[in-house]
Amino acid sequence: MKFGVITFPGSNCDEDLIFTLRENLGQEVVNLWHKDTDLQGCDFVFLPGGFSYGDYLRSGAIARFSPIMNEVIRHAERGGYVMGICNGFQILTEAHLLDGALIHNNTMSFVCKNVWIKPATKNTILTRKLEDRAYKIPIAHGEGNFFCDQDTLKRIEDEDRVLFRYCDEKGQQSEGSNPNGSLNNIVGITNKGRNVFGMMPHPERAADPILKNIDGVYMLESLLSV
Amino acid sequence: MKFLAKINIMPREELLDPQGKATILGLNNLGFQGVENLRVGKRIHLQLEAASSDEASAKVQEACNKLLHNPIMEVFEFELVGLN
Repeated sequence: MKFGVITFPGSNCDEDLIFTLRENLGQEVVNLWHKDTDLQGCDFVFLPGGFSYGDYLRSGAIARFSPIMNEVIRHAERGGYVMGICNGFQILTEAHLLDGALIHNNTMSFVCKNVWIKPATKNTILTRKLEDRAYKIPIAHGEGNFFCDQDTLKRIEDEDRVLFRYCDEKGQQSEGSNPNGSLNNIVGITNKGRNVFGMMPHPERAADPILKNIDGVYMLESLLSV
Repeated sequence: MKFLAKINIMPREELLDPQGKATILGLNNLGFQGVENLRVGKRIHLQLEAASSDEASAKVQEACNKLLHNPIMEVFEFELVGLN
């Protein structure tokens, strides 16, 4: 599988993601620029974390209209794989490729720490190889509070489109294990076609043995067996 | 004709506004008593050319719907002022 990682002005996790895919997972990766108008034949496109366009107006709102996004939307509509991490997730909701929105954390603070998340479905290429346990993955965001109206929430849950939920170390879901106020502890979701993914935590920051945590590798490896 | 659109964007009433909540703590620390429900929104001024105020209004509406506000989390209203 050929991966593409898009750099927007203000992206800051693009290099980490490229390193992880190339060095830790041995995959072919190209770096795409937000002004590009083709995806260079990539099968899987990543929108990385960061602060695209300075988070001005709303997180992800301006990046959503970068020239490359026309291609990303076309790719997704053809069934191509797209995943947004953190700011990438915010961009995908602004682009209406994923439901809902990421609003200000209810904690009145930027949260930067390791959190525990548990797979909520086996039925996606991102989660199908994962065990039924809590995975430790870092978050770093001020606007990661997943919100949508009740009808949309019901649809997402009825269609088994929640990827992970925040939990404690033992995998128990509680209000205390929710770092940002996300509805029903939702960490990330997929679309109806199950080819577009968004999540706030950063698997690429937990993917190298030198960091003493490779829980992120298991998620990214799951993508490889398509 | 040239118009100035004065656009107000506010977080939806049903949503917690952490920015407002933090700001009211500052007012309380300053000694303000009996102040409540502070909510922080955005004010956008935008100049535009249009043949009529109806056309200007439609343009502003479109700009708000496509980019300036996100209906999931915000509501907006605006007024138009003729500049010539």
